[in-house]
Amino acid sequence: MSLSIGQVAPDFALLDTEGRKWSVASYDGAPATVVVFTCNHCPYALAWQDRIAEVADDYAARGVRVLAVNSNDADRYPRDSLDAMKDRVSREQWTIPYLHDATQEVARAYGATVTPDVFVLDAEDRLRYRGAPDADYDNPGERAEWLREALNSVLSGSILERPETKPVGCSIKWK
Amino acid sequence: MNVELLWWEGCPSTERALAAVREALTDLGLEAVEVSTREIKDDGDAVQTGFIGSPTILIDGVDLVPAAANEQIGLSCRVYRRRDGRVSPIPDPDDLREALRGAAERAEVTR
Repeated sequence: MSLSIGQVAPDFALLDTEGRKWSVASYDGAPATVVVFTCNHCPYALAWQDRIAEVADDYAARGVRVLAVNSNDADRYPRDSLDAMKDRVSREQWTIPYLHDATQEVARAYGATVTPDVFVLDAEDRLRYRGAPDADYDNPGERAEWLREALNSVLSGSILERPETKPVGCSIKWK
Repeated sequence: MNVELLWWEGCPSTERALAAVREALTDLGLEAVEVSTREIKDDGDAVQTGFIGSPTILIDGVDLVPAAANEQIGLSCRVYRRRDGRVSPIPDPDDLREALRGAAERAEVTR
């Protein structure tokens, strides 16, 4: 079951790689929150990562929060373990909080299917966009344009013409 | 020359990889070479074939991009590097062409 456009996203309480607790509801006052299900070992997630990080940087001054969530089964895929997440955040100097969804409950609650799978929530935590960051993982010039469109729409209060696109990536590795 | 593409359904890159292989063969004038495909369905298949991710392209039984020593065998999407350093779910077209050209030349020599 997937979260529908307009539906209030379920709250969660997840720890990031520094042990800090994050939740959607803690962002009272944030005009938009982006939840990106991602991981360490998927080429699609890796290819889009820099573009998503740029969006986080570009929209931070406007109060937009970006949270990355890794829900993969780390027992079968050790490259997605918490230690591997910590190592990556340190090595790549992430500014986005990288949350560990060890029980996979958050991915199931959102209906995430692949990495990356992007969910954009408005100030009331209603889902406004779900899908891929942009049209082509292989073209950095796309600059996560679909995600930017969604954020611009939420921030300006306008209607989003493309609220859903097909997420493209590696299947989430369920337990 | 024997070209085989190993794939797993959890990755959406199979069709793109197959198209890239066929395009490389066409570029080299090797359109007649058939490309076979084999689905890796479960962990057992992965272990049996030494599968380190989808897609894996074997040319005369040899991996187009030799696996690193610490690569994990299992059902996942394979990470390739383009020649410009970018991450990609399929090999660099130049790497493909180079490997196919080399295999064709070896086949010519041993004929």
